Order: sequence, then C-alpha cells, then structure tokens
Amino acid sequence: MLIFIARRIGTMVLTMLVVSLLLFLLLEINVEGVAVKVLGAYSSDQQREIWLENNGYFDPLPVRYARWLGNAVVGDFGDSVRFKVPVSEILPERIWNTAILGFWALLIASLIGLFLGVLAGMREGSGTDRTVSVGSIVTTSVPEFASAPLLSALFVFYLPQAIGWGLPGTSSMSSGFDWTQLILPIMVLVLYDFGYIARMTRASMAEVMMTHYIRTAVLKGLPYGAVIRKHALRNALIAPFTVIMLQINWLLSGVIVVEVFFAYKGFGSLLLEASLNQDIFLIEACAMVAVFVAVGTQTLADIGYTYLNPRIRFS
Amino acid sequence: MENGSNTYDGPVLECRDLCISYFTRAGEIPAVIDFNMTLHQGESIGLVGESGCGKSTVAMAIMQYLGKNGAIVGGQVLYKGRDLSTLSPEELRQLRGNEISMVYQEPMASLNPSMTLGRQLMEVPLCHENISEKEAYERARQILADVKLPDPERVMAAYPHQISGGQQQRVVIAMALLSNPSLLLLDEPTTALDVTVEAGIVELIGEIAGRFNTSMVYISHNLGLILATCNRVNVMYSGVVVEHGSVSEVFDHMRHPYTKGLFGCIPLPGADKTARPLVPIRGQLPLPHQRPQGCYFGPRCDFFQAGTCDQEGLHMTEVPNEPGHSVRCRRWQQIDWDSYNPEGVGASEMEAGEVVLSIDNMKKYYEVTDNSIAAMVKGNRVRHVKANESISFDARACETVAIVGESGCGKSTFAKVLMGLETATEGKVVFNGKDISQEEVQNRSPEQIGSMQMVFQNPFDTLNPSHTVGSQLARVIRKFGVHTDKDKVEARVMELLDLVKLPREFARRRPRQLSGGQKQRVGIARAFAGNPSTVVADEPVSALDVSVQAAVTGLLMDIQKTYRTTLLFISHDLSLVRYLADRVVVMYLGNIVEQGTTDEVFTPPYHPYTEALLSAVPIADTSIEKKRIILEGNLPSVTNPPTGCPFNTRCPRKIGDVCETQAPPVYEPSPGHQIACHLSVETFQEMQPVIVQPDEPASPAAE
Amino acid sequence: MTDQAISSMRREPAILRLIKGAALIRESWVGMVGLGIIVFWAVVALLADVIAPFPPNATGAPMTLPGGPALDGSGTHWLGTDQLGRDILSRIIHGSRQVLLYAPLATLCAYAVGIPMGLAAGYRRGLTDDVLSFIANVILSFPVLVLYIIIIATIGASGINIIIAVTFASAPGIMRIVRGLVLDLRNREYVFAAETRGESAWRIMLVEILPNARGPLIVDGCLRLGYVIITIGTLGFLGLGLPPPDPDWGKMITEARAFIQFMPHMAIFPCIAISSLVLGFNLLADGLREVSLRD
Repeated sequence: MLIFIARRIGTMVLTMLVVSLLLFLLLEINVEGVAVKVLGAYSSDQQREIWLENNGYFDPLPVRYARWLGNAVVGDFGDSVRFKVPVSEILPERIWNTAILGFWALLIASLIGLFLGVLAGMREGSGTDRTVSVGSIVTTSVPEFASAPLLSALFVFYLPQAIGWGLPGTSSMSSGFDWTQLILPIMVLVLYDFGYIARMTRASMAEVMMTHYIRTAVLKGLPYGAVIRKHALRNALIAPFTVIMLQINWLLSGVIVVEVFFAYKGFGSLLLEASLNQDIFLIEACAMVAVFVAVGTQTLADIGYTYLNPRIRFS
Repeated sequence: MENGSNTYDGPVLECRDLCISYFTRAGEIPAVIDFNMTLHQGESIGLVGESGCGKSTVAMAIMQYLGKNGAIVGGQVLYKGRDLSTLSPEELRQLRGNEISMVYQEPMASLNPSMTLGRQLMEVPLCHENISEKEAYERARQILADVKLPDPERVMAAYPHQISGGQQQRVVIAMALLSNPSLLLLDEPTTALDVTVEAGIVELIGEIAGRFNTSMVYISHNLGLILATCNRVNVMYSGVVVEHGSVSEVFDHMRHPYTKGLFGCIPLPGADKTARPLVPIRGQLPLPHQRPQGCYFGPRCDFFQAGTCDQEGLHMTEVPNEPGHSVRCRRWQQIDWDSYNPEGVGASEMEAGEVVLSIDNMKKYYEVTDNSIAAMVKGNRVRHVKANESISFDARACETVAIVGESGCGKSTFAKVLMGLETATEGKVVFNGKDISQEEVQNRSPEQIGSMQMVFQNPFDTLNPSHTVGSQLARVIRKFGVHTDKDKVEARVMELLDLVKLPREFARRRPRQLSGGQKQRVGIARAFAGNPSTVVADEPVSALDVSVQAAVTGLLMDIQKTYRTTLLFISHDLSLVRYLADRVVVMYLGNIVEQGTTDEVFTPPYHPYTEALLSAVPIADTSIEKKRIILEGNLPSVTNPPTGCPFNTRCPRKIGDVCETQAPPVYEPSPGHQIACHLSVETFQEMQPVIVQPDEPASPAAE
Repeated sequence: MTDQAISSMRREPAILRLIKGAALIRESWVGMVGLGIIVFWAVVALLADVIAPFPPNATGAPMTLPGGPALDGSGTHWLGTDQLGRDILSRIIHGSRQVLLYAPLATLCAYAVGIPMGLAAGYRRGLTDDVLSFIANVILSFPVLVLYIIIIATIGASGINIIIAVTFASAPGIMRIVRGLVLDLRNREYVFAAETRGESAWRIMLVEILPNARGPLIVDGCLRLGYVIITIGTLGFLGLGLPPPDPDWGKMITEARAFIQFMPHMAIFPCIAISSLVLGFNLLADGLREVSLRD
C-alpha cells in the first residue's frame, strides 16, 4: 500500500513537472512577448532589452526553465504586472476565499447528490428514480453562467418585489465578510454539480442492487434495511467517492464563472483577470495552483479507491 | 421450527399448477406453465432441462423472488402446507435463509466482494436467531469445517476474491446450511467450476442430504449430475415438465420423445462415432413467445402427428404400474421405441494420413509484470509463467486429436502459438513441413494462414455483431485469396452456408438474429473458408445446449471427413472427447501428463490425473459404476507451479519426495501411449478401470 | 437474386440501421423531448433570417420591457430590447447559428482526434498506451476552464481557435472512453478470429472493433455536445468568445449582468435559450442510453 501511494505521488510529481514545462513553453518561449507583456505595449525596444538582460532572459532555455521551476517550487512566481506586487502576496487570500466557497458547495452538492442518488438507485425504475433522473438532467443542463442570472433575478429582483426579502446580488464583500453574500454563489454551484453526483451514485447503486450478492443477502432473510446498509451502500459508494474527488476539478471551472458573475474576490476571478490582462506571471502561478489541486485530488481519489476496494487492496 | 413445523408431516414443498410469467414491453411471456411438484422430507428432486426451460424460474418462485417484472400468475407454492404468496414480507423474511435457503450458480458473484466471509456467514444466525456475536462466530467456523474447508479461521477473515472458486462455492453452501434449513435449492451449483472441483462439491451435497436430512431441489442441465444427486427428476422443456418420475424410471424407461432425444444427444460411454453415433434433436428450442400450439416439442418430434399433437389441453398422464411416473405426451403409448432407429451423426472409420502437424518440445513462457501491491512490496514484479512446458505430439491428416484439461492447463496458450498470435519460447511446431513456431501471423502467407483455422468457444462472441454473416464469410474468402472475383466470392459464401446446413438467406442476416447453434455453424463455415488442412476447435460446443451440441459436433465431424481435415479438438468434456477423438492429449498446468489413442487413455493404466478426471465426469447412465476419486486442494497457480511433478500437490497416488523434487519419467505401456509419472510399472499394471459397464463387457472400458 | 442479396448486404443495412436507430428513440419519451428541442433550435437557426422580427444588430429604444412596441411601430419586441435597444428575440434567434455551427464542428474535430488515439492505446497497449495515456492525463489534469482560458488567452479568440481549444481539451477524454471500450472489445473472439487470419491492426481497430463501440460513443457524443455548448457559452460569458458584434448567447448574458437588479429580462431569455439547447442534448443522450440498454 505504501509503495502504491509512493508510486501515485511519483506520477503526480511527474505530471506536475510536465505541466509546468508546457506552461513555461507556452507562455515564455517568446522572449520578446514576455517583455511586451511585462513592460506594456508602449515601452521602447531599449527598455525591453535591458529588462530582459537584467532578468536573465538571454540565458539558454533549459537554464531559464530550471530557474523558473526552482522559484516556483518555493512559491516565488515573480511580480504581478497588474497589481504591481509579488504574486505570492495576492494569491493566498484569494485561494482561501475560493476554498470557503468550494468547500461548502462541494459538501452540500455531495450530500444532496448522494442522498438522492441512493434513493433513486435503490428502486430502479420507480417514480422516485424517474423524478431524480430527469431532475438531475435538467439541473446539469443549466450552466452556471445561466443559473447565476436566473437565480439572481429570482432572489434579487422578483422576490424582494414580492415579499420584501431577498439576497445580495454581489459577493464583493466590500464591507467585510458577509455570509449572506455566499448563499447565491453556493446555490449556483450546488445546482449544477449535485445532479452529476446524483446520477453517478444512482447508476452505481442501481448496478449494485442488480448484483447476485444482493440477491444472496435478501434470500438470506436479512431485513431490507440491513441489505441496503450492510451490503449495498458500501459497494455502491466506492464509485461516487472517486466521482466526488474528481468533481473538484470541475468545480474549479464553475467557481471561475460564479466568482466573475458575483464579483467574489477569489482565485477564479483572479485567474480570469490575469488572462484578460496578459499578466503572465500571475497566469503561471494560478495555473500551477489549479493543476496542483486537480492532480492532488486525483491522486487522493486513486488512493482512496484502492483503499475502499478490498479486491484491489488484498490482491 | 418456531412455527411448530416439527409436528408437520406432509410434504415439505408442494407446487400446484404453478404458472409464472414475465412481463416485458412485448407483453406477458409465460416462463413456467402448469408446474406440479411434491417434495417430501429428506427427498431430493432434480429439475433438468436446457437453457430457457424455466427451471431457475421455479426456484426463484419458491423463494418468492421473481424481480420487478416476474409474477406467479396461477397456482400455488406451498411450504409445509402454507401458501407462500399469502405470507407477509416479515414472515417471508423469517423463512428465507432460515427454513429455505439457496445455493447459486456463480459463487464469486453471490458473495459480497467488500465484506469478509466470516461477516457474511455470521449474519445469517444473527438475523434469524437471538444469539451473541461470539456464538455466531463459533457456528460459522463450525459449519466451514463441516463443508471441509481447510483452515476455517483463515477463511472467516478472508474476502471472497482471496479463495478459489471451489472454496467460494463451499462457503455459499455453508451459508445456506447455517440455520439448518428444511429445504435447500441448488441452482446449477457446479456449472462455473472445473470438473474435478465439481466432483468434490457433488460429493459434499450428497453428504449433506444424508446428514442434515434436508430436502433438496437440484437444478441442472447435466443429466449425469442429477443421477449423482437426486431420487426423482422433472424433465422440463420450454416452460413445462414433459416427464416426471424416479431417476431410474426416467433414465432407464423414459417415455417422452424429448427425454429420449436428450439421452440420444449426450455421449455416454457406450456411444461410438462409428458404431453407435449420437442422435441430435433437429431444430431449435422455441422462443417463449413463439411456442407452437399443443405440444411445445411437436415441431422437433419424430412422432408428431398433425391433429393430435397440435391440439391444446395437453396434460400429464401417469404411466400405468409406475406410480409417480408421468408424461406430457398424447402419443407415448403408441410409440414403438424398439423399431425407432433414427439416423445418427456419426462418421465412418477413416485411415489417418501423413503427419500434418508435428510439435516437438514446444515451450511457451510469459514474462509477467505483476502490478499488484503485494508483488510490489515483495519486489518480485517480473515473474515467469510457464504456460506450456515441453509439448510434443503429432497430428495426422484426417485425425481428431483431443487436447483435454481443466482451466489453466495451457490449452489456450497452445492454440495461440499454433495460430501465430504468440511465438514459442523454445522447440518446434512443424506444420505442412515448415517450422512455424517463430512465425507470427503477419509473417505467414495467406495460404499458410488459411490452411490452419480456428473454431471458437463462445457463440455469442464468435461473430462480429456489426457485420452481416455473408460479409464476414466473404472477407475471409478474399483474405485467404481463395477467390477475389466478386461473383466467385459470393458463390463460395453460399457454398459454405450449404456446407454447414444453413439457409442461404442467412448471408444477409446479422449475428443477433441467429441462435447460438446457428452462430456456431457460421463459425465453422468461416474456419473452413480457406480449405484448411488443420482446424483448431476450442471448446466449440461447450456453451451450447445439449440438444444442439450433438448436431454441431456431428456437423464438424462430417465436414472433417469430407475434407480429410486434421481436427485439434480442445475440450474439458471427457465424454465428448471419448466419443469423437482418435487420439487424446491430457494436459495439466502446461504439461502433457498423458497421451495416446482414445482407447489407451480411457483404459488402464492411467496417469493419476487422468484417472481422477475420468472419475469426476458425471455420467447419465444408471448401469455404470464408477470408482470415486476426489482430488483435494486447489489448482496451483501457473505463476508459481509446484516443482517436480506438476500434479504432486493434489495427487492421490503420490509416492513421496521424488514427486516433489524430480520431473516424472515417461512410462510407455504401449508404443505411442505415454504417461509422465513416477509410479512403478507394477502399480500401473494393477490399475483397475474407473468406469465399469457391467452390461456390456465388450465396451472398451472393460477390456 | 442471390447476387443482389449479397451486393446489398453491405450498403443497405447501414442506412436501415440508422433509420431503425432513429426510430428506436420513439420508445423513450425523454429522448423524444430532447430530440424535439434540438430540432426546434435547428429549424430556428436555419430560418433565422426569415423568422427573426428584427435584424440582430438593429437598434431601437433601449431596455424595452418584453412585449413593448418598437420605436418606429414596425413590430413588437416580444422579449424586450437590451441596453442598446437591440431586439432580444432576434439576437437569440441569430445567436443559435453560432452555437449550432461551432459546437458540433468542434465536437466532431475532438472525436476525429480522440478516436484514433483511443483505438491505438486500447488495442496496441504497451508503450503506445503508456505514452498516450500520460499525455491525456496531463491535459486532463488542468481544470477544464483554466485550460480554455490559457489557450484562448494565448492564441486569441476566434471561431477556429475555439474549435482548436475544444479539440485539445476534449480529445483526451474521448480517448479514455474509446480506450476503455476497446480494452473490453479486443478480447472478443471475433477480434481473435480476425487476428488469426492475419488482418492488419488498423483494419481490426476500424472494422472489427470501432463499429461495436458505436452505441456508447453516440451517447457520449450527445452529452459532450451539450457540454461543448456550455463551454462556448462560458467563453462568451467570460469575454473570451467570438468577437462582436454578432450575437452570442454567452456574451448577451454578460452584457445583461450589470442590469440584473433592474431589468432581469435581458439576461433571463438568453439563459433559457442556452439551457434548453443543452437540455435537449442531455435528454437525447439519456433517451439513447435507455433505448440501447433495452436490447
């Protein structure tokens, strides 16, 4: 098991290395471009030359990559062009904000998704099943950038008009941290994500309910509740576990949209801002963080899957 | 017992006019019709029939577990006089696993993969009786010992995948016996197991019946197993019981044409492809929604009489003077079995020709990288799997050489080397005068490839579902360069369909419109498309129903005779091998343990493995007496084979250390008959036949 | 007669099969609803010039409420106008063209790249598989939208670039699915039979294996198409989509965002449009899956 974990972590590091190389090549292979992006379009050729010279951009590519990587590992990605401060000063706060948003969204989506999925999968083809299935198809069909305006219209426009109570329409937290401003963004993320988890759980549960060992358990004379709890759930929840871990990767996409829409000062809106402004060091830092989170959760998912599955664990 | 059933002395189980249907989008499909059965305490009754005859449905109806779309639409199931359909869910739950329990076809699938076996066993007493965990553990441990599992503590702590298939089935049986049920249902409990493992399970089931006084319903497609386990038998065909009676009545004096036909299809030791050929039943099993009027067997029956057999209202009639023996046939009293002499599908004796295929000391080792965690921990990730070890034999033109062995014996690897999908590690494979052991299929010429072709095992897998039958045959013809001209290719496709006795319009059909037997015929046609000199048939009929098996086997032999083809027949079915093979090669763990002509291999002296194998084969003939040899232990892993003789871990005749340390010498009692074993010549000479047929002293077994 | 029978055994079934497959959908009401929505939007896109009441970029009175009359009295703004006075209904109708052009095109490109990769990885296994799977893993380790943002930010926003980005980001996922299917199908006996008669690897992959993977791939294709529509919309929403002034549903939503607290209708209708189209594909996929599991 330890060796397996070591191997998985090794693969993870290798993936990160390749990703970093790709990023580096994509964004920094054109040296002139870097100078233009950093110094702005109105800088003179001479200024650019000097800047490149000072920052070691005339060294051979491998040397530059090694230096860049070395700095990246210790968290030094250089200065943000747009914010004029080191990237490492802006990033942590933004990541923390996003973590709060993502954590609650994932937690709530998982709970709802698992609950509905198990309920639907327990009795395949029943009314509950059809309702949950179609319902989750509908909610996953509404992209975040559509559900955000729709929910805003409801809670920020129509509801206050109708009953005089609503929710704040932005989440900029301009006057300090405010829980109510988190409700809408979380709602949008949950709405889009729970359906997928529910469908995967349902499929997994339905498959388990069809297996012969469930038949064995029923024909042993176990009470129905015990069949579900002891025999079905354990096997049915292995697959959704992986799905939920991998969902973090998808959640990050949704987070960008939601943060932009609600002007929430998180990691996603930072990444978009960096891209739109060609803030290359910030893009690099954000991308590396995003990939680290994604690869890390994948690795955890793999390890967890192996751990949960005795067939692999003891083979 | 809680229900005061101790005082009840009627039948344990009674099915009265039971009708079961499945409800699909196409409407109601009757699965079982008018089923009657009475089972008394301590009795065991067999349900036998081919796939789709409704035998498993009966078991599920007894369990009241027919799924969402199945339902009992008529009649009753009475357990100790109580109608099961009137019980509340709670009463039913109390009954299941406690008074009625079940053993299933696939042991691996029947056990929860993520729960220890101990837990799964302990659940049964814990939920039915008010006992402590400790008592439950003790009970479970005891029952594992009772089903003769070595080291019950280890099994208790293990997960299902950690023990072998045979052991899994023993655990399932133990689970069924835990609460000492009055009724045990066994649904094809040995079908998924190897024949030597099957023998052990069958013996165990026999012991249970005696020891626990349990009543049993044994479901099987194998008449031999019914004979070994049951007192009485119901023969089912397409949802109805066609004949019912004691085992001896039904096996020796069958009255229904279907029962008669079924026995004609299975190769009994007396059958012989030249003297007493198999008699296939013509046609196919009707689909449930295409059953004919009147007698369902009518269209396939030689005694069918229009106006009589196609009338509704057919019932079971009792045979006079044989109480309990009844038949569902209007004409059984008019049939004169003595003058009934159907045409068999045998083959005339043929002189074997020159050597076509000669395998000399062929070895195939695989290097396997083991990615399992355990292997990584131990650091031995690369292992050598000795799939084939020193294989040597010859095959002549027009000869049928059978390669016999259980799973993991290396038959499939051998076929792959022959076909050029793998190259041999060592040794020679001389085919038509050329060594092909190192020639991969891409390097072989079209003629070479076309002259050695294969018939595969699984009819549902052998044809590509996306292409029509005709286009698949046409591709082969073009590929082998038999014809390239479009018209000639088409003509050849038709010829091939004629050859395998399929209608020509099948060329346009897709595989899913064909039955299993028909697909297998197409598979044979495909193999013969390039006029092969050798055909390798890998278990070509093992997945087919008995009545279809005989016809396909017959067809294969027929074509072989016509084209003077060499047939390498890979099989685990010794009865069939005995019937059709000229020579037999017995393999165990990649080694040839015995080879010789069919008569030589099936009569003493035997290799101890051949002896055990012969003893394990269930034979559906009441007059046969068999010596019982039950092999202990599991089949060793090919990745970690025993040293010395590969069979030493399970050999009942093991003589000592020499078996573990030295590779066995070859003993040759007659020229060409080779046995790789350490036993002394005297022991060999004293060996008695395993199968004795008292009535027929002239049969090869008693010679 | 027989000649005809055989020569037709190649062509006819392909067409028949398609018709039969399409007809099967009728047995799933979910699928039928999905198909209905897709057909509706396809017709709207085709006939946009005919059915749109106003030119998409023509301006009238800004922020007219739904049902309000046009300034020049030439018609009604059934869904109102936006902040520049452009008719929202007409812009939605014309916007459907963008989506229904680029999304299928991009999805097809992704399959054209992903299928051969998956076939090669699953059938050849070994080193080919290791290399291809690693590449796929690297690309899939990017959160999808992050990948799109980086690609579009680097190569710029245009129709072609969106197709390139979608292909790049989706092909690895398709490869994985195809690989999984091939790993299962390659053990079938008919593949073994093809190998024993010395067929070339590509023929086995394309003729023997691929047609049998078609069912799951069609279902996946529908789902993926829905997802690509979301992606293109999201890019438009984030300002990385097609350049103005042509209408784009995602961009319409961004533009309306600032007015959500006063004029929600400007955002609501494009939201409904894009959601319904995605829903159509998702329902169709579900229906297809349901039907394909039946037999």
